[in-house]
Formats: sequence, C-alpha cells, structure tokens
Amino acid sequence: MSFMPYVPPEQLMKDRSDYARKGIARGKSVVGLVCKDGLLFIAENPSTTLHKISEIYDRIAFAGVGKYSEFEDLRIAGVRLADLRGYSYGREDVKAKDIANAYSQALSTIFTQQMKPYEVEILVGEISEDGGGRDEVYHILFDGSVNDEHGFVGIGGHAEELSTALKGSYQDGWDLATSVREAVKALCSAEGREIEPASIEAGVLERTRAQRRKFRRLPADEIGRILAG
Amino acid sequence: MSDELVPPVVSGDPIGANPSFFDLLVRTRPELVQHSAVPSSGEALVPHGTTVLGLKFEGGVVFAGDRRATEGYSIADDKIEKVFAADDYSAIAIAGAAGQAIEIVKMLQLELEHYEKITGDRLSLEGKANRLAQMIRGNFPLALQGLAVVPLFGGYDERWQQGRIFYYDATGGRWEEQDFYAIGSGGRAAKSSLKKRWRAGLSHDDGVRVAVEALVDAAEEDIATGGPDAARGIFPTVLAVTSEGVSPVPEDRVRAAYEVVMGARS
Repeated sequence: MSFMPYVPPEQLMKDRSDYARKGIARGKSVVGLVCKDGLLFIAENPSTTLHKISEIYDRIAFAGVGKYSEFEDLRIAGVRLADLRGYSYGREDVKAKDIANAYSQALSTIFTQQMKPYEVEILVGEISEDGGGRDEVYHILFDGSVNDEHGFVGIGGHAEELSTALKGSYQDGWDLATSVREAVKALCSAEGREIEPASIEAGVLERTRAQRRKFRRLPADEIGRILAG
Repeated sequence: MSDELVPPVVSGDPIGANPSFFDLLVRTRPELVQHSAVPSSGEALVPHGTTVLGLKFEGGVVFAGDRRATEGYSIADDKIEKVFAADDYSAIAIAGAAGQAIEIVKMLQLELEHYEKITGDRLSLEGKANRLAQMIRGNFPLALQGLAVVPLFGGYDERWQQGRIFYYDATGGRWEEQDFYAIGSGGRAAKSSLKKRWRAGLSHDDGVRVAVEALVDAAEEDIATGGPDAARGIFPTVLAVTSEGVSPVPEDRVRAAYEVVMGARS
C-alpha cells in the first residue's frame, strides 16, 4: 500500500495555477471590444478552419485562448447548453450570464478535482436587445473565476499588454472598421511584431443584422479591405 | 457540473462531438421527447394542416401553402403557417397533424442550426433531407394513431448549384422530385393544376403565380383547403429559395399574383 505524500492545499493550488498560466501564456491572444455596431472578437489565428471565435446563440458569442482541444470542448458544451435552454423555454431566455456561470462552475470543478487544470481562458459576450440593457462580456479563467468586463478586454498570452494598449486608445462608439483597425494595432503592439491580415480571425455580433442570429464571421477579404483602408 | 458540460470523453460517449440536437435532447431531456399514448381507436380530433406544394423555377425552388387548418369538419384556423424556412438555404412545408408538424419543423430547424454551430459547416441539402426522413420515421408510431405528418422539403443545393425538392411518406420514405410536387388533402388538385401550368425555367414571378394558381385550384376542389381571401387579406404563404438564400415572398406580390390568376378567369 502506498501513501500520497502530504502537499499543502496552498501549494497544490499554486502549482496548478502556474501550470495553467504557463500553458495559456504560450498561446495567442484574443481581444473583445464593444462598439457602436456590436461586439467584436478578434484574434491572431493562422488557421482559417480551427476557430478561436464562434457563435453560441442568437446574440451570444464565444472566444477562447489556450489549449484548442480544451476550449473547443467548452465551446461545444456551451452551444449544447444554449440550444437546450432555448428549446426547453424560449429563445430570449438564453443569457450569456447563465452560460458564463455554467462555464465558471465547470472550470472550477475541473480545476479542483482533476489531475490537470484546463489551460484556457474564455470570453462569453452578448449584445443587448434593441433599445434596452447593456452589452455583456464575461471573462472566465481556468480556475472558474469570472469577471464582468466593460468596453474592451484582452485575454491570453499578452492580456496585460493588450489592455494597456487599448486603455490608451479605446473610445466608446467606434464603428466596426475602426474597432478592427484599433484592435489589430493593439494585437501587433502586444506581440511586438506585424501580423498578416490573412492570419486575423474576427467575428462580430452585429446589432444591425436583420437575421435572428446576429453572429457573423468577417471574411478575409473584408478584414484585408478594412486594414488597408 | 451540469450534464451538458461533462466533456464527451469523460462521459463515455463515442469520441468526437455528436452534432445532433435531437440525440442530445433524447439523452439529456428524455421527458421532452416522450410520446404519450393516444387512444388508438379512430383518429384523434386535432387540427390538421392541408395543402402545400413546391416547384422548381429558374433560380431555385418556390414553396407555398394555404392557410387553413381543419378539425374534423370544422375550420380550426384560417391563418396558420405551414411553410417555413428550415435554415438559410432550405424550406419545409407540412401537411398533417398541426401540433406534431410544428414540433417536427422546430426540431429540424434546431437540428440544422445546432449542426452548423457544432461543426462550423452547413449540412449538405442531401444530409438535411435524410435527417428529416429519420425524424418522420421517429413519428411513425403516432402516424399509426392518426397523427401522421408528411413534409415537403427542399432548397438550394450549394454543391449542385440548383434547387431540389424532396417528398416523404409517413414511414420516413424519401424521394426526390424533379419538377414540382404537392401534398395534403388538396394535393391531388394542386398537382393537376401544376401539371398544366408548370414548365422548365419559370421566372421567379411566374413560379409564384403558378404556385398561387395551384392553391386556388386546390381550394376549389377540396373543402379543407382555404383559398386566398382578398376581402379579409388572407393569402397563401410563399417562400422562395435561391443561391441568395431563403426569402419570403411579400404579401403584396402574392396578392398581385392572385389578381393575375383571377383576372385571367373572369
């Protein structure tokens, strides 16, 4: 019979946090930004098919950084949760807040009960109904802690640099094109190098969109045009 | 941790995310899809939707349906909708037990949206048609008890770059139709009308007119089909699906088509 050596809980949690932070720091970053036209998520992503940014529901979007397989797991779970909610009750009863809470619970459980924490940070954002409420952006960390963000947020390896860069420039009421340009500028300055327009991934929850589903991926040529213009 | 957030591998499911919303519902909320027993003697008296049709035109397909639902010999509703967008590139029209049919439409819409969100790709039109066949097959026990639902499905096939129409029977059998098809109590009359009026390469406006005329004919032959009612402003639901996606044909255009049809008769 073998005995586990005693490890103080403080040490255990610290080791896990360090492990998760290191994993996240190796990856690329995502910027979330509230603007006049809606809510923009934008990231550097060389792949055009393995997305960091996705649709969850009519007015709700998701962005993840860190280990792809892990935030993809969470993304799928979020879509399932949202679709089940919407089916069981009504489409307007699906809220970013509830999804963020579910993520928080799940990540917190994984952090404390599993061998290895998830090396992820995610954003869940929702644009308000026409003429009421405010846009919501929740930032959920690997250990399940949640922050309610206002205006803009950077997550991932260069979160701090991103926040600093955006703090200096961010203005309420930017249009989509300005937001894309400024966010890319912030991403470049945080990384300390130029980023090819072709490896920018962007998705927006667009207020003006006529369809019920407000999420739209910005195609590469549109991003190219915005950054050139 | 809530059920929905158990990672697939941990929960022991087959590897990879299952993109089916229906399977998810059966697994996590079986009580929502249970079919409760209905008396097996005779047909349950519930609203039934009647005539719907689909036809191909130059740029895709047009789907149309009258607005009546009947309950035995009574009119249950004169303004119901039986033609719906299933997603951005396909449409579904239904005949049969209205409550059951609406549920199948809702489930199909969610199924397609869920698949799209989970995988990041739209299902092929063929894939959508097959999935609907499986859902109709699932309704077969209720069909035997008089709650049959028969859909007409179609849309714009982005790979084949053309409109396609599929029809079904209550057992989930699925066939592709080349030109046009009509189902429901007035389906036979509508089909006869389409046989005379339809031709290959109809324009959008002609497609709408031919569809409206077929519904007018069906309403004249079948008591359960509601004809257009200009006085009360009740007109058929008409949807067109092209390479641009699904778009409802606005009521004033349906009214104009109806006036052309009636003008030619007077």
